[in-house]
Amino acid sequence: MFLASNVDRWLWWDWISRNTELISSSFREHVILTVSAIGLGLLIAMPVGIAAARWRWLYAPSLVFTGILYTIPSLAAFALLIPVTGLTRTTALIPLTSYTLLILVRNVVEGLDGVPSEIKDAADGMGYSRVRRLIRIELPLALPTIMAGIRIATVTVIGLTAVAGLLAIPSLGNLIYIGQNRPIRTAITVGIALSIALAVAADLLLALLQRLLSPWARSRAAR
Amino acid sequence: MNFPHEVVRWFNDPAHWRGDRGIPNRVFEHVQYSVCAIVAAVILAVPLAVWLGHRRQFGTIAMNVSNIGRAVPSFAILVLGTQLFGLLEYPVIGSFTTFIALVALAVPPLVTNAYVAVAEVPDELRDAARGMGMTEGEILRQVELPVAAPLLMAGVRTAATAVVATATIAAFTGAGGLGRFIIDGRATFVNEEIFAGAVLVAGLSLITELGLGGAQRWLTPRGLRTEIAAGRAAVVASPSTPEGKVRP
Repeated sequence: MFLASNVDRWLWWDWISRNTELISSSFREHVILTVSAIGLGLLIAMPVGIAAARWRWLYAPSLVFTGILYTIPSLAAFALLIPVTGLTRTTALIPLTSYTLLILVRNVVEGLDGVPSEIKDAADGMGYSRVRRLIRIELPLALPTIMAGIRIATVTVIGLTAVAGLLAIPSLGNLIYIGQNRPIRTAITVGIALSIALAVAADLLLALLQRLLSPWARSRAAR
Repeated sequence: MNFPHEVVRWFNDPAHWRGDRGIPNRVFEHVQYSVCAIVAAVILAVPLAVWLGHRRQFGTIAMNVSNIGRAVPSFAILVLGTQLFGLLEYPVIGSFTTFIALVALAVPPLVTNAYVAVAEVPDELRDAARGMGMTEGEILRQVELPVAAPLLMAGVRTAATAVVATATIAAFTGAGGLGRFIIDGRATFVNEEIFAGAVLVAGLSLITELGLGGAQRWLTPRGLRTEIAAGRAAVVASPSTPEGKVRP
């Protein structure tokens, strides 16, 4: 009776203090997966986005392709990869990275498109080469839009990483899964609370970074 | 024997096409959960959001609700629902918990897109309509809604794709649907069943996405068609960003 009631409690501090190791490792894995997925996503999406902004005909196919990747349900993607890559981080990382691509590629292209042509003309007139113009002028001006994409992708990936936990890949979702199966309600509470907290914290942190990286945008917003 | 061959054999087994646990019934359950949830969410969210968009009120809330929704893992809602309501079954909607969770998942993107779709209708159009003596109701029905239709449908498409994907996870909480093949396959270590389930789910999602994409194109007034060639769902950044506008 005593045990049953503890298992049913939404917050059982004793369980939390006895399982800090499990909780912190789940949290750590969740953060690692999210950061790696966004990093890999950017590594792919930046060149693709820059190329698609430069050569227009590339844009539609890249949206269709990343759109198809985005449509495949996360659980199905994880399950499809298990026979190939097993219950490893890679299994989680491939779909998570592929989900960031649609958002990131689109925002890179839209960001570069948003650079006023007068500014580009001025840079050309000052003798900037194409590459230098891209790096010094266009990318910094596209940064707010790219960062907006990174924020959306990050929050999305944090939610989807939880799903990987259902297939016994360590993450905060795994904590929720353990809570559902054993059952220990406290594990569910901790998993959900930490996952939401992580999403909110990451979003705020990236918003702050975005403001720091684009000081000129602040005065524009205030007008 | 190699793995692809095993999967084909699994699909060819007549036993997997019959009865409650067969593919047709699982597809039916999956579609049932998804359609009921989306219809309910559209009824709940769209009229209110369209009206708010027409009045251009509560924009901050309407734009941010989908950001908040994104932060809550969809299957967290499912697990919470199972803990709170147990495994209730009702006619038509099927599993009650799944229904609630899927509706909760679909409402935020619907609210944001419907609001933004209507609120972003150019002022000149409204002013012209008003100048022609249209009533507020006529402006909403004959001007704003047709112009807003593509973006509004993009919201339905986003929501529907998310719902179909998440209905898979419902199997983890004891419901039916195509996720059952993935869960049951894992429980019994039958890899070809997991793989077959994943293929079926991915196929259903793609059909949903392409079907609603077609509907979106069809609902777009002819004069607007070129503008939304890449017409996916609006991506809304929170207004704290200077670029916090809608990107269709």
